[in-house]
Amino acid sequence: MKNIHKSPWLLHYDGSSCNGCDIEVLACTTPVYDIERFGIVNTGNPMHADIFLITGGINSQNEEVVKQIYSQMPDPKVVIAVGTCACTGGIFKECYNIKGGVDTTIPVDIYVPGCAARPESIIDGVVKGIALFQKKHEDMKKVGKVSNTMN
Amino acid sequence: MMNWEIRVLMTVLFVVLAPFLGGLLDGIDRVITARMQGRKGPGILQPFYDLFKLMNKQLLAVNRIQILMLLSYLVFVILTGMLFFGGFDLLLCFFSLSTAAMFVILASTSTHSPYNSIGSERELMQMMAYEPAVLLTAVGFYLSTGTFKVYEIFNTSVPAIVKAPGFFIGFIFILTIKFRKSPFDISTSHHAHQEIVKGVTTEMAGLDYAMYNLAEWYENIFLYGVVGLFFACSNPWSMLWAFIAIVCVAFLMTLIDNVSARVRWELMLKLTWAITLLSAGVNLLILEFVR
Ligand code: SF4
Repeated sequence: MKNIHKSPWLLHYDGSSCNGCDIEVLACTTPVYDIERFGIVNTGNPMHADIFLITGGINSQNEEVVKQIYSQMPDPKVVIAVGTCACTGGIFKECYNIKGGVDTTIPVDIYVPGCAARPESIIDGVVKGIALFQKKHEDMKKVGKVSNTMN
Repeated sequence: MMNWEIRVLMTVLFVVLAPFLGGLLDGIDRVITARMQGRKGPGILQPFYDLFKLMNKQLLAVNRIQILMLLSYLVFVILTGMLFFGGFDLLLCFFSLSTAAMFVILASTSTHSPYNSIGSERELMQMMAYEPAVLLTAVGFYLSTGTFKVYEIFNTSVPAIVKAPGFFIGFIFILTIKFRKSPFDISTSHHAHQEIVKGVTTEMAGLDYAMYNLAEWYENIFLYGVVGLFFACSNPWSMLWAFIAIVCVAFLMTLIDNVSARVRWELMLKLTWAITLLSAGVNLLILEFVR
């Protein structure tokens, strides 16, 4: 079976957001938007996750946490920054403790702008992320990097 | 009379078909759950997509022993089902199942993760809660049919449910624990539920988790087989009853999962032991006095 894009499991992490974007992300899982129809499971475990969805920017405290979660996710993985804060730092950009967007710490694949990002655009970003997830998997297959690394 | 051909055929059918049936049941469960919550939900084949996805992920194993333990879990669960569908001793099946459950705990504790430690502790609590009911189920079969052998139970003229309804209720009650459904999904849970992250399955990634899921599907089919066995007898029509019973129990499990909240382990232990003692215990006493 080549297609793994039908089962993207999602991990939601709240950086230093104002909670506006988080509420919109959670709205996606409600019956109105129901992202589970794409096979998405909102998991809390990085070891099970395929898509890392972050809201809010990076501050000096959560920088290590984000790195840690990212390193615990098995390949292939996709990172989605949701909301202006996660993309660039947003209205908190000038704060003394804010480093900026998520891409200051880990590589981001998809940017979803908006303050707050609307559920429709979040789903749009996630669907793009799913396509990228499949592509990364195929690239990995080509390079033969699916080898089971132990560490 | 023992029918060797049929017994071998059933065993082979179990090994080949159980993953498909188990996955399909899981998918149906997810669709019904979504409908109960007023959502569209994923397709019926979703568990298979999940399984293949997990197989294609990088195996971030914490240590080498975990994968060995999980493999043992899978092997013992398959063995349990083979013993059952091959018509061997029911007690043997249940002991083999307990051994399989032990391997989950060993796989979990081998990782030394705090989430896994809590999960394994809770898994042990769950075992303590359901083991009496499981053993009493075997006793119930013996008292009502006079044998522990599955193929002989199949060949009795009266199904076990007639004399052992109490044991049946006790067994159904602990099925919610075995299927890891609310209100008793305290060591690990399904769908998007989280309990102290993912309990015993927290450190399983990729292939590890795929094997765990596969073993669970085998286990579920075995447990549904035991449900069916309560209704099976030498009359071919009893098979229909067994099938109806399995469908009803499967629906009941999904319903309970959706209408109840997770409970603490103390309440789980009290509830399961109370129900086991009341239904199976009273049934046992009646059977002892009547015969
Ligand atoms: S983008 Fe706007 S709504 Fe979202 S976390 Fe930042 S400030 Fe809040």
